[in-house]
Order: sequence, then structure tokens, then C-alpha cells
Amino acid sequence: MSTIISVNNLHKSYGGAAALRGVSFDVEVSELTAIIGPSGCGKSTLLRCLNGLELFDSGRVRIGEITLDLDNGLSHRDFNARLRRLREEVGMVFQSFNLFPHLTAMENAMLAPMVVKKVDRRKAESTARELLAKVGLSDRLDYYPSQLSGGQQQRAAIARALAMEPKVMLYDEPTSALDPSLVEEVLNIMRKLDDEGMTQVVVTHEMRFARDVADKILVLADGELIESGLPDVIFSSPSDERTRAFLRRYL
Amino acid sequence: MIEISARERGRQHRAWGGAQRNPRKGAPKIIQACEAGDRDVANTNCYESQRNQLLATSCRPLRGLDTLYHNQFLGFRYASPQALCRRLLRRLKTGCAAQKKSQAMPGLTVGSLRHALLFFALLCSVLPAKAQSGDQPLRWGGDAEGGAPYLLPNPKNPREIIGFEVDLMDAVGKRLNRKSVFTQNQWDGLIPGLQRGNYDLAVNGIEITDDRKQQVNFSIPYYACGEQLSVRAGENSINSLADLKGKVVGTLKASLAQRILERAGGIDVRSYENQNNAYDDLALGRLQAVLMDWPIAVYYSKPNPKLKFVGPSIEWMEYGIAARKEDTELLKQVNDALLALIKSGELRRIYEKWGIWNGETDQLFAGISSASQPGQVYQEFTQNITKKLTWRERLERYKSYLPPLLLIGAPMTLLISVLGMAVAIVIGLAVALIYLYAPRPASWLARGYVELFRGTPLLIQLYLIFYGLPNVGVKLSPLVAAVVGLGLNYGAYEAENYRAGIEAIPRGQMEAALSLGMTRAQSLRHVIVPQAMRLVIPPVTNDFIALFKDSSIVSVITMVELTKVYGQLASTYYDYIGAGVLTAAIYFLMGLPFVRLARWVEKRLATDRRVVVTAKRRRFGVGAKPVEG
Repeated sequence: MSTIISVNNLHKSYGGAAALRGVSFDVEVSELTAIIGPSGCGKSTLLRCLNGLELFDSGRVRIGEITLDLDNGLSHRDFNARLRRLREEVGMVFQSFNLFPHLTAMENAMLAPMVVKKVDRRKAESTARELLAKVGLSDRLDYYPSQLSGGQQQRAAIARALAMEPKVMLYDEPTSALDPSLVEEVLNIMRKLDDEGMTQVVVTHEMRFARDVADKILVLADGELIESGLPDVIFSSPSDERTRAFLRRYL
Repeated sequence: MIEISARERGRQHRAWGGAQRNPRKGAPKIIQACEAGDRDVANTNCYESQRNQLLATSCRPLRGLDTLYHNQFLGFRYASPQALCRRLLRRLKTGCAAQKKSQAMPGLTVGSLRHALLFFALLCSVLPAKAQSGDQPLRWGGDAEGGAPYLLPNPKNPREIIGFEVDLMDAVGKRLNRKSVFTQNQWDGLIPGLQRGNYDLAVNGIEITDDRKQQVNFSIPYYACGEQLSVRAGENSINSLADLKGKVVGTLKASLAQRILERAGGIDVRSYENQNNAYDDLALGRLQAVLMDWPIAVYYSKPNPKLKFVGPSIEWMEYGIAARKEDTELLKQVNDALLALIKSGELRRIYEKWGIWNGETDQLFAGISSASQPGQVYQEFTQNITKKLTWRERLERYKSYLPPLLLIGAPMTLLISVLGMAVAIVIGLAVALIYLYAPRPASWLARGYVELFRGTPLLIQLYLIFYGLPNVGVKLSPLVAAVVGLGLNYGAYEAENYRAGIEAIPRGQMEAALSLGMTRAQSLRHVIVPQAMRLVIPPVTNDFIALFKDSSIVSVITMVELTKVYGQLASTYYDYIGAGVLTAAIYFLMGLPFVRLARWVEKRLATDRRVVVTAKRRRFGVGAKPVEG
């Protein structure tokens, strides 16, 4: 097993309030890592730091061969270029889907490859068709986001991210905005990707999913990584008091 | 039509008269020409006494003369008998002087000598003038909205411009062997338009004044007249300028009449853009008197039975043809042609045809023949505006409005509006993006642009673009200037629309695009702007309709569009209501398809299709909820 994500002593604060206080962890290839913790503990911030949507104050993030590091003396332009290269390797799925409402499901999945990777339309089309089939939306190719249910939208968003052929997928509470009856269809896709060997990092409140599917659990509280380890260990015998208090509310 | 100081007027008059009286030797052509103007003693004598008799029996009585002005400048015409005698004597003397050259000089005052020399020089320069090539048209500018008898659309065929100045310029053109071509231009902008090179001569009742002479050269005067006072038919207390104290008096904006009224003091002066409105208000009782250039009064006040003329005409003014300073050659030719026209009596025939041959011009041309009859055109015109129309005739007339409105006005309005809006949308989008995303100095500039163009009047912007920019070497055609002007002005509003639209797109959209590896520019282009565009369709449609109507302002930079055509028709037929309703209807009907189109596009492009709620559902409070599936 080799390490694909390496996070080193990450610090981030908004104004005076510290959101991340020296977070470090590694993710191995093909692992599904679940980040859990109480609201406002910095889970989403941590995830967004991984693809540069948030810039951290100090520390280092390495994904594959690309290292983000604020004091490496890169020019603004070079830094942005590196950021884009990193984002090409990392797919992101949002709590609120953020599908492009003016494009159909197909077009949503075709846009980035065509614009960023200059893939020709036919190739982009066949890839999009394939991926939408994979997430179970073969019959919704030409639907606009507003014509899709929440679960369908989130699956289309996953297909859109996959179209860039990322090495890593990040999910920021992907099922929190969904009707409970629709949660499972999204989690199933993530299970399927896990089976295929995709490296995934998921911020989630679906504890059952985390326990059943995750290879590793990270518990975040107050901007610190208070506990990490195998799901069985974390869920059955958490060592930190805060983890116990948090899990009691969910299980 | 426009005021000048009293002293100026006197000087001009003397310059013209003086030169006539003092032909130089060694210039046979000039002497000939001048002799045409310079009556011999007997003739003058006869002419003056004739005129005196005429005046005594004239419908314009000598009573109530404003002697201040008349003694000063009008000189002999309405002046006291003593003054008349002095005048006659002087005429006699200079007449002799012309015959006996050796004695000529002592008979001249320094002032008249200077003017005589000037005029002499002017005439001398006519001699070497060569006939210009006949192919090049003689382009001249005027404002057909000014109305009868100067320039107006032909009531029988509104697409044709007629007027005594058209006849004059046709005659001049014929003399120069060049085709006379009329160019429409807002009256206020005639001289700037001349300097821009829109045309080579400006002819539209432009009074020769010193301040204008700073900017352009004038031909010899082609017409002279005074100001005429009109009152309601039953009014007996007002008979002269002196009776106007404390009264409400209307006149044309920025005219000599306005200056006279203001100078008189104690008069409540109301200035109008349009002669019809002033006379209408007089008939309605909003005004107690109206003072206007005599030819205008003859056409717009005299035929109205509710109004009457009082007093003789006041002051003196002369109309000249304006040419650019550098076009001395052309001016020489024009002067030559005018002299020839005066001499042959052709010009007088034109004025008689239009019923505006008057004492002043008679005097200006130094009395070629006797009293005039109202011309045929004048009679037709007055019949036209005084006639009571039957419904059938009225409908016929409205029908005749349609071709100029629909064939000239409407297409131009449409063209300007559509092009202007296209420019506004492009500018607006660019400025909004710069404002939101560009680094500091650029975004400040964008902001400055919006504030500047939104905060200043479109009218002034248009003037600056059309008349101001040529000073720095940017000369735009009227159409381009109109489109650029409207585009820049509305661009500022569109920029704000787009800024609002872009800011209304949820942040998650940009984040999603960025996290897919797009650059900021790519995200804007493919994700943000397309959504913002759909969002701003309603406000942009709104602005388009506003621009559509605002396009009427471009008539100030010589564009003939719908409102301009309306103005011309209204002043020709004396019909503001019928033509106005018709024009408004055309604006409305032309705007309608665009509103419909915008609705349709908006509906088609709606990003959230489920949220297209019918009015009925909205009324019952049933919103559209995305169906979970």
C-alpha cells in the first residue's frame, strides 16, 4: 500500500477563530476514509483544504505528486496552475450538489473534460454516457438538474466529478441535504467506487455507512484530530471522551 | 432668428448698404453687381417716396414704433421724417461719389470705409473663382422641423422637403452648376454640423451675428426681416413693445425676440421650442402676446382668426448662408450667385411665391420693384392649416403620415435601438466582469465608467461624442455616434444589471467549476455568465424598451428617426394630437414584439423549469416544488 494523500500539520483560522489546529494524517491508495465529528469542528474546512478551495495558513498537503505549500516561493500564477493540476486529480462532491442548472446531466458531465482537458465532444459524450449509466442515470441523460430528484442530482454530481478521471474523490456531507429515502442510492455509488478501488475521503454523519464501509475513521473536534483508526475500534472502544459523547448521539 | 446686439446689427446693415453705395473701380463685375443694388439718384428718390406712401397706408402703422431701436438701426425705413431726409441726402451724395471717383473718399465715414473695403475685398475675390465641377453636389444643412416658410416637409408628400430656402439653394446650386442637396440637422447644431463637415453650407434662417462670425463666414444677406407682435383678436390694450410690461409674452428660445423682450424689462417671457405651441398658448389665453420673426408670424399667426398682428415689425435682422472659414472659394461663388439672383429678381420671385417679400428685404435689395402679393405657396399653406377637415379628410391625412413615419422614422429608430442595445450589452457585460473580478485599478475604472455614464445626461453625452470628439480628431458619422452614445450610456445600466445577475449566482457554482479544474475565466464563461444572462433578461428587456424610446434624443445629432419625423409632420400640418397619437402607437407596437420575444426566451431558458408557475397556481398559493424521485 502506498500513501496518496499526506496532510502535515495543517493550520487554518478565520479571523481570530482557529478552524484547524495542526491536523496531520495520511490516506492510502484505495482506502475510503470517513471524517466524523460534531458540527463546526472543522471537517468541511479540512476537506476543502485538500483541493485548495480553502487556503490553509500553514502546513502542507500532498496529493499524488503535487504538493501544496504556502511558503514555497511560487508566483501567484504558478501557484494557481499547481492548484488546477491538483484539482484535476481530485474530484469533489458537495452537500448542495452544485450541478450547473443551465446544463443537462450529460452536459454537466461533459463540460469540464471539454474545457479543461480539451477532450473532443464525441469522446466527452461517450464518457459522460458511461459514467451516468454507472450511477444509474441512463434514462435521465437529457434532464436538467431541476428535473431530477435530490438523490439523482447527487449521483449526477458524482458522475460529473468522475468525468475528470480523478485519483481521489472528496465528499462533503454528500447525503445531508437528501430525503432519508434517497440517501442509500448515493451511498451505494460510493460503495461501488470503493469496490473498484477509488480512493475516497468522506465527511459524513452517516455513522452506519462509516462503520460498514470505511477503511479508516478520523474523528475531528475543535479543529484537532482527536482520534483515528479502524471503524471497529473507534465505534466500539473510543479512547477520547469527546468521541464517546459524539457517538452516543448517533448510535 | 437668433439675437445679436443692437450695435452689431447696425454695423452689419451699414456694411452691406455701405458697400453697395461705394463700388470700387477696377472691378467691372463688381461694379455691375453693385450697381444693381445701388439705385441711381432719381430711382432712389422715387423708390423712397413710393415706400413712404406705402408705409403711410400700410397695414402696419407707424404708431407705437419703438423709436429707440429704429432710430438706431433700421435707419430710414420707419424713422422720423428728418431722419428720412438725412438718409436720402446721404444716398444722393454717395451716388454722386460713385460717379465722380475723385470725390468719393471725403464722402465716406471711417466706419463705412472699412466695411466698404471689406465688402470690396470679398467681391474682388469672386473674380478669379472658377466654376467648380458640376458633379459634386452642393450639400447644405437645415432643420426641417423649424417649419414654414423656411424648411418643411411638403404637406402633399411629406418625404420631400420644401421651403423658400430650398428654392433659394436650388437657385444658387443652378448658378454654381451643382446639384443642391439638403441635409437634415438640428437647428442648434447647424454650425457645429457645418464645422464637422456634415455639409458645406448652413442655411436656415441663421442670422448674421458677430459671435457666429467668429466660427464661420457668412455670405451677403439673402433675407431681412424684423420681429412681429401677435395678440388675441379681441385684445386692444397691447399695441407695441412698450405695452408689454407686466404681461406674459411667448417667443422662440434663444431668438432675437427673446433678447428684445428681456431687454425691455418687466415682461414675463416664456420661451418655446416650437412656434405652434407658443401661438396655441396665445389663443388659449396662457400668453397675452407672442413676439416672433416676421416670416414665422406670417405663417403661423396670421392665418389664425383668433389672433392678430399689432404694430410694425420690430428691429432688423439679416439671414446669411454660413460656410466654413476655410471655404472661401465656395463662399465667393455663393456670394456671386446671390448677387446674380438678387439682380435678376429671381430671389424676389421666390420670396413672393412664399408670400414673404417684405419691406426689409426690399430695402436690402435696394428696391427692385413694388409691393408684393401673397404667393401661391403661402395661400396653399394657410388653407391647409385653417381648413376644417371632415372625418374622411382627416383619415386621409393620417394615412399620409404613415409612409414617412413607417418608412423613414421607424426603421431608423429600430436600427439605432437594436445596434445601441447590442453595444450596451457587450460593454455592460465586460464592465461588470472587470468590476467584479479584475484587480484594483481596472475595477476602479469600471466603477468610474458606470458612475460617470449613469450620472450624466444622455443628451450631453451625445453632444460631446458628436460635436466634441471631432476636436480631438475622432469624427463619427451620425449613425455611429448615435449607436456609440446610446451604447455607452446604456452600457452603464447593463453593467449594473449583470453585476447583480452574477452576484445572484450561488457561490457553490463557482466552487464546483473551480474544483473541476477550470480556471476562473473558464468558470465565468461556461458556468456563471450563462446563468447570469438568463437571470437578467427581465431588467435588460426593460432597459431595451427604455432605450427604444430614448433613441428619440439622437435627433439632436442630425438623425432623422421616428420622433423627428413626428416633429416635422406636426409642425407642417399643425397637428400635434393626431400625429402624436399615431407616433406613440408606432413606438408601442414596435416595442411589443421585443417584450414578447424576451418573455419567450426567458421561458425557454429558465434554468429551473419546474418553477415556471402558472398565474392560477400562484394565485392559490401553490408553488412549484421539485418532485422527489
